[in-house]
Amino acid sequence: MNAWTLTLFLLAVMAAAYHLGRKRAISGAGGIDRIKTLHSLPLYHGLYAALWAGIPALLLLGLWSGFQDQIITALVTASLPPESLDGLSEGRVGLLINDIRNLATGNIVSSTLTPGIQAAADQYGRLQQISSWTKWLLVLTVALGGMGLALSHTEPGMRARNRVERIVKIIMIVFSSIAILTTLGILLSVLFESLRFFHAISPLEFFLGTSWSPQIALRADQVGASGEFGAVPLFTGTLLVSAIAMLVAVPIGLMAAIYLSEYASRGVRAFAKPVIEVLAGIPTVVYGFFAALTVAPLIRELGTSVGLEVASESALAAGLVMGVMIIPFVSSLSDDVINAVPQSMRDGSYALGATQSETIRRVIVPAALPGIVGGILLAVSRAIGETMIVVMAAGLAANLTANPLDSVTTVTVQIVTLLTGDQEFDSAKTLAAFALGLTLFMATLTLNVVALTIVRKYREQYD
Amino acid sequence: MNTMAEAIDKTTGAMSASELAGGIHSRATVGDFTVADPRMSCRDVDVWYGSKQAIKGVSLDIAQNEVLSMIGPSGCGKSTFLRCLNRMNDTIDGCRVTGSIRLDGQDIYDRSLDPVPLRARVGMVFQKPNPFPKSIYENVAYGPRIHGLTNNRTELDALVESSLRKAGLWEEVKDRLDQPGTGLSGGQQQRLCIARTIAVSPEVILMDEPCSALDPIATAIVEELIDELRANYSIAIVTHSMQQAARVSQRTAYFHLGDLIEVGETNDIFTNPRHKLTEDYITGRFG
Repeated sequence: MNAWTLTLFLLAVMAAAYHLGRKRAISGAGGIDRIKTLHSLPLYHGLYAALWAGIPALLLLGLWSGFQDQIITALVTASLPPESLDGLSEGRVGLLINDIRNLATGNIVSSTLTPGIQAAADQYGRLQQISSWTKWLLVLTVALGGMGLALSHTEPGMRARNRVERIVKIIMIVFSSIAILTTLGILLSVLFESLRFFHAISPLEFFLGTSWSPQIALRADQVGASGEFGAVPLFTGTLLVSAIAMLVAVPIGLMAAIYLSEYASRGVRAFAKPVIEVLAGIPTVVYGFFAALTVAPLIRELGTSVGLEVASESALAAGLVMGVMIIPFVSSLSDDVINAVPQSMRDGSYALGATQSETIRRVIVPAALPGIVGGILLAVSRAIGETMIVVMAAGLAANLTANPLDSVTTVTVQIVTLLTGDQEFDSAKTLAAFALGLTLFMATLTLNVVALTIVRKYREQYD
Repeated sequence: MNTMAEAIDKTTGAMSASELAGGIHSRATVGDFTVADPRMSCRDVDVWYGSKQAIKGVSLDIAQNEVLSMIGPSGCGKSTFLRCLNRMNDTIDGCRVTGSIRLDGQDIYDRSLDPVPLRARVGMVFQKPNPFPKSIYENVAYGPRIHGLTNNRTELDALVESSLRKAGLWEEVKDRLDQPGTGLSGGQQQRLCIARTIAVSPEVILMDEPCSALDPIATAIVEELIDELRANYSIAIVTHSMQQAARVSQRTAYFHLGDLIEVGETNDIFTNPRHKLTEDYITGRFG
């Protein structure tokens, strides 16, 4: 007799409500031949009754299931003999409650049984049973009541369609706000943790300091644990790797897009476009070890053969591979905007005696430029948020350098290292991850907003 | 002389009832499709889109300094035929053109001929105004720039001005040449496209329903312009408006399902059509 059976019952009630509502509407109209006299189709009267039967009952079911445990636990705790809780910390009480719950459901208990606990467990089981029955009774009553209410004012003139559509609209609003609220929730949690961080470390040091060494001394005599939180090397590292990636991705992606949309025959296009997009489907972790195990050693060997000193984990290796990863992103977005340039632009240019390359250079690319720039900005925001490749290939040393052959570290890599393994969640070291996350989030958000604005502005041009 | 013989052959056809009933392809053209000193001359032009034949054996001349209008019901192939005249059909996949089309005696479908310079000699104005998303000045300067028609900025300025003047747009836009061409009204945009075409000094201008997206006032202005342009150019215009054909053109060609049914002096065609299909169309019985 769990919530699922109850849900099935509810669905049955809804189906019944649908049929009754429909029937009532038809008979109210005076038979199937006269349904024209109804304001709404019988379908809507049925749906109206079904929604009235379903929604309040489902809401009640949800609320009940959500709060049942807490209320029962509170009741059981209150009924425990006060002396058994004396001197127990909050955590201990929690363990005790757990034991009671385990005992009631027949699981293994951690502590020794005392009659008090046994009694509490019995009470817990009893309460749960009562709650379960009440829930059934109440939910079904509400469902039937809702159905009755809906049926009672089903009459030919009722605007059932408008009401159903309004309910459906509200349901859609609720669902779409879930996505928005989630984003907001993430943003707020990151924001509050970051504020805690900025209480410990001044924002000035974080945004302007050039030394990053987030190890905090646990003992006074610990060495190499100064706890410096100047994030500038991380920002420059991120920018360096992203810049290298864009240097690879933009020309290649753009050329590929121009070739595919302007020159390639239909057959080539049908083959090449999906193949390029396969690049986007490769898991970033695969790119990561490709960068770390294949590209980085290659670059180091090449470098040493011409007498350059190359770190084994270089920004160049990470950037190159990240660039390859972003190629399909740039090419597919550019391809879309180039295709969106109306054929009449091309015709107009050809009709003036322009060649295909003149048309592309002087008409199509300028016309598509805002969209292309928007696509590139989206790709940049992708690049600075990319994690796996840089974790594996860029290294951990927070060097403040513009030399692509050096090892650098990025914001994302530091977030990963700060939060991997066992962490204490109140040290500045861990909280620094949130501050970095917030910075990253702000940067990509700004880029996305700018990019989308540009893209939208461009779209309006041809409508 | 061969063409003359053909012409006589084709003009002698009085149509039998069964031919009028339809189902017979490649109908002979009524009227004389030749002119004395043709700028362009087309002979037995067939156009195929894949396996579908869009134009069936059309022969037609375009004279110097005339406006030739092409009328006919939708899908009759008049636009397709127009687009053959500057090889714009090359950009359409699966389009095949046979027969001969000559510009000043030179076959424009000759293998050795490059369609790119051809299109500078045979310009085209489209149904929907399609200014580039550039400034008014740059729209007109586009053609001269790519063909290197001017040596310096002063010459280019002068060419832009004279083209805009010829298109009757100069007075309206001279103070805002740096504004985007897409910001003009529909009629102004269409005249801008005409100015853009004139700027590369074409010999022939093709117009594909140039007024169908314009209001009556803008249409009247463009029609006046077409009449003025006749002094310097040969113009072939496709139109759905028979009044427009009657107003702007000296000769009219009536197309029907890929056939050129009748061609002749515009006055004759509209007052005294010789073919039943032409008569039905211009009297509004179908189309």
